[in-house]
This record gives sequence, structure tokens and C-alpha cells, in this order.
Amino acid sequence: MTQGQYIVISNRPIAAATWEMLLAGDTSALTRPGQFVNLRTGGHYLRRPLSVCAWDDSRLTLIYKVVGQGTDWLSERQAGDPIDMLCGLGNGFDTGLSGQHPLLIGGGVGLPPLYQLARQLVQEGKQPRLIMGFNSMQEVFYREEFERLMPVTVTTMDGSCGVRGLVTEVPPEANCTYFYACGPSPMLQALCGCLAMPGQLSLEERMGCGFGACMGCTIRTRLGDKRVCKEGPVFLKEELIW
Amino acid sequence: MVSTAVSLCGIRMDNPVMAASGTFGYGAEFADLYDINCLGSFSFKGTTLHPRFGNPTPRIAESASGMLNAVGLQNPGVEKVIEEELPRMRAFFSKPVMANVSGFALEEYVETCRLLDGQEQVGWLEVNISCPNVHGGGMSFGTCPQSAAEVTRAVKAVCKKPVIIKLSPNVSDIAAIARACEDAGADGLSLINTLVGMRLNLKTRKPILSNVTGGLSGPAILPVALAMVYRVYQAVRIPIVGMGGISCARDVVEMMLAGATAVQIGAANLVDPYICRDIIEDLPAVMAQLGIHNLNDIIGGAHS
Repeated sequence: MTQGQYIVISNRPIAAATWEMLLAGDTSALTRPGQFVNLRTGGHYLRRPLSVCAWDDSRLTLIYKVVGQGTDWLSERQAGDPIDMLCGLGNGFDTGLSGQHPLLIGGGVGLPPLYQLARQLVQEGKQPRLIMGFNSMQEVFYREEFERLMPVTVTTMDGSCGVRGLVTEVPPEANCTYFYACGPSPMLQALCGCLAMPGQLSLEERMGCGFGACMGCTIRTRLGDKRVCKEGPVFLKEELIW
Repeated sequence: MVSTAVSLCGIRMDNPVMAASGTFGYGAEFADLYDINCLGSFSFKGTTLHPRFGNPTPRIAESASGMLNAVGLQNPGVEKVIEEELPRMRAFFSKPVMANVSGFALEEYVETCRLLDGQEQVGWLEVNISCPNVHGGGMSFGTCPQSAAEVTRAVKAVCKKPVIIKLSPNVSDIAAIARACEDAGADGLSLINTLVGMRLNLKTRKPILSNVTGGLSGPAILPVALAMVYRVYQAVRIPIVGMGGISCARDVVEMMLAGATAVQIGAANLVDPYICRDIIEDLPAVMAQLGIHNLNDIIGGAHS
């Protein structure tokens, strides 16, 4: 983990209430897709955890939904503004278990960490597929970016784009033997119920510190009590208790 | 040259800054970031006789200048703390540590304290009779002078090391409870624990925390803590460890003027993991600025 000031390079809306922020700073603590940052926003005491969408040696991309005062403040940052951030938190996804044809499933703003994951899987010579789920067409983001990497199926609740319904409506391809998922908790629970294959899921929880000190985000798993921020946020399907 | 050293219940500390229990784990997460031997000491995660999972999530909520927690004393139990956490801690912390103890019955406090009192690394026992987030124990011992005195007496009977009783602000007369602890043999007092608070989720129209209420900490409670430390200082002669919303070196000086011999930093650790180190580094310059040569000279300075 590193703490420091990161400088906003760009900050723009990319879908309904959804923003993409590019920042410059020390990314050396990021070692795996699925890790997150914890950033200070104006007028709030606790930091805000956000998963990292992509990074390179000196820059990282965050995608966030404006849902309250903290993210509202974030959307008002402009190029050149500094943001105080803890970077490189959590365990991240393990690509070693993916098999040749992993299935990626993301719901709404659960999608961003799957982007760096997809890039890494492709780099490793694997052929991932993605199912991306939204409420409606207005919320769809990063479709082209993902399509440059792999085949993508879009689902929307209202049917305004792609397949109507939940991500669970789409049957996985026969050659998929492993899945990676990130999204709202009901979606993750449904996936664990309907997918027979093993996989990894990134969970969300209210956090105090984000680095394992406060025990604010501990959940029970089949492998003992675990902190979502430290031993997670990525968990194996078989260790989760729903 | 200024002197930051203080003595708490006969144990010398390089500086009065400690990390508060529940915000610093058993030290490992912070030792990964900086050499925590710069601390005066720290109070480790509240430990009970038996392992505890604590409350279900959500355990955390927020306020304008602070936070609510309802962790509910998650800890691996005293046996594992002695077998695993203390030996691990030895590798990165070489000073006496404060052992924070909680319980649900008198015998649990006594047995947990007795076991930790026997550990070489433990300098002080900090007995938490003020946890607001557990039911049928914790705070219920700390809300009346008689039961506070009873716990103090029972723990003192089995401990050789200094026993510090951690007091709740959620009481009508904290000075009466402080006096009862002193009369029962307490070597020191620490205050304040968190204040009971609540936030609601406007979408679900229900409390955010699974425990319904939680403990408020952070800068919001600093004035409450100062007033209570000030009041207790006038009521007892034993040393006070002051805490509640301290976030900078100036807050440390303020808390000591109110009557604290040492201070603890709590919620601030969660927002800024380097805050204890930074406060300790800032302290000499702040002292020089305020014309303080020796921190011992200002303990309770507001009262003279």
C-alpha cells in the first residue's frame, strides 16, 4: 500500500451518473487486477473505496457512480487537482486458476475491475468472454473498450440494449470452466446459485479503514472470518456463505 | 531541546502518544507501513476470554466529522492472542504494550486479565468497561460506580501490572465512576470510549448499522473528551489516558492541559495510517512554538 497525492489528468462522464477519472501517481503498489484505492473526498471523514479499472507505470483509471456527496465531490475535480489516496489495497483476482476460456460477469459499476483483469487474461494468451449487465441503455459504458479484448454480451433490465433481463439469463459457453464476477451482492449470490463452475467474486462492504485495521468489514466464510478489505475483496466461490 | 517523555503508572514512555484499541489491530498492519517503535505505545485490539466474531456488517457508518462503529469486539480470544499475536508482535514492537480487555461477566474479565498480566510484553492492562456495541456486558459494567468498582477490585486482585480502567462517556456522572474505580484500586483511567450514536439509510428507512447503534469517534467528540478528562482530573489523583478525536499535535497538548498524562489516537488512524508517526514528529516543534520544554509540566495545566 502507498499513500500519496494523485493528480487528476481527466475526469468525464461516460454514461448516466457514471464518471471516468484518470490520475497520475505512484502505482507501484498495484500488483493484481481487482485491487482498490481508498480516497479522501471533501467534507467526509472516512475515505471512499473504489476499484481500479486499469493502470500502467504512472497512471490509473477509476470509474465511479455519483451516488452521494462524496462521489459528487469527486465528479467536480478537474485536471490538475490533487486527490489524497491509499493505493494498492486488497488481494485482487488470481488469473492462475482461469483456464483457457474464463467467463467474466460484471454488473453496473462492478465492471471496472474486470477491465484490467480482461487485459491481463488476454495478455496471458487466454480467451475470455464477458457478460455485462445494466439497468438500461443509458448506463452502458466501456462496451467498445471491452469488445476490443473479447466477445461481449450486454444485458439490460428494461431490454433497451442487448438481452432483456439479468446477467444470469445468459447461459455460459460450453468451453467455460471458470468465472470472475463483480457487481451488486444479489447478482453475485444468484451467480453462485446458478453457475456450476468454480470462480472468484469481488465483494463490496462498508469499510472503515480499507487496510485491515478496524475490523469494520469482516464477513464469515467457510475458511474462517475474513476482512473484505484485506483478505478480500476477491473471494473464491466455494468459501462464500450466502 | 524539548522533552516529550512521560511516565504512565511508573512506566516511562518516550512520548505520550499511543494508538487506541480497536483502531490499530495488534500492530501488524501499521508495522508494514512504518517502524511503530516511534510510538509511546499502543493499546491492542480489545481481547476477550473466548473468540468473538462480533456484529454482522454493516459495522461502519459516518458523520460530518467522525464515524460510527459497531464492530462488537471481534477478536481471536485471549489464548490465540498469547500464542500467536504477541509472539508476532515481538518482531516489530519492542516496547511495553497496553493489553485491552473486555468481558461479559466478572470472571471473564478476571481470567483474561490474569492471563495477559503474565505476558512479558504487556506493560499495562486497560480494562474496557465501556464498549457500547455488545449486549449483556461491556458498557453495563461501566455505567454505575458499584459495578465499575467491582470489576476494578476483582481484576486488581489478580494483576501485578498497572490496571487502567477505560470509562464510558455514556453516563450521567463520569466523575463518580472515576472515583469509584480509584477507590477500588485502579492505577489509572482512560477516557473517553465512544459515544452512542445512530445513522439511518434514507432508502431503506432503517438504521445503517446492523447493531442499530454504534460508537461515535473522530474530531466530533474532541470537545466532549476534553470536558470529561478535565472533570475527572479534578475528581481523582491517578493518571488519566485521554482520548477522543485527537488528530494533531496541538490536540495532544490540549488533552494534556485538560489533565491527561498520556493520550490515545483512535479514529484518525483509520483515515490516515501514518497519523501517529506524524503527530510524534510534529510534537517537538509544536511544543517549542508554545513555549513548552517538558511535557510533564503541562499535565493538568488548565487547572492551576
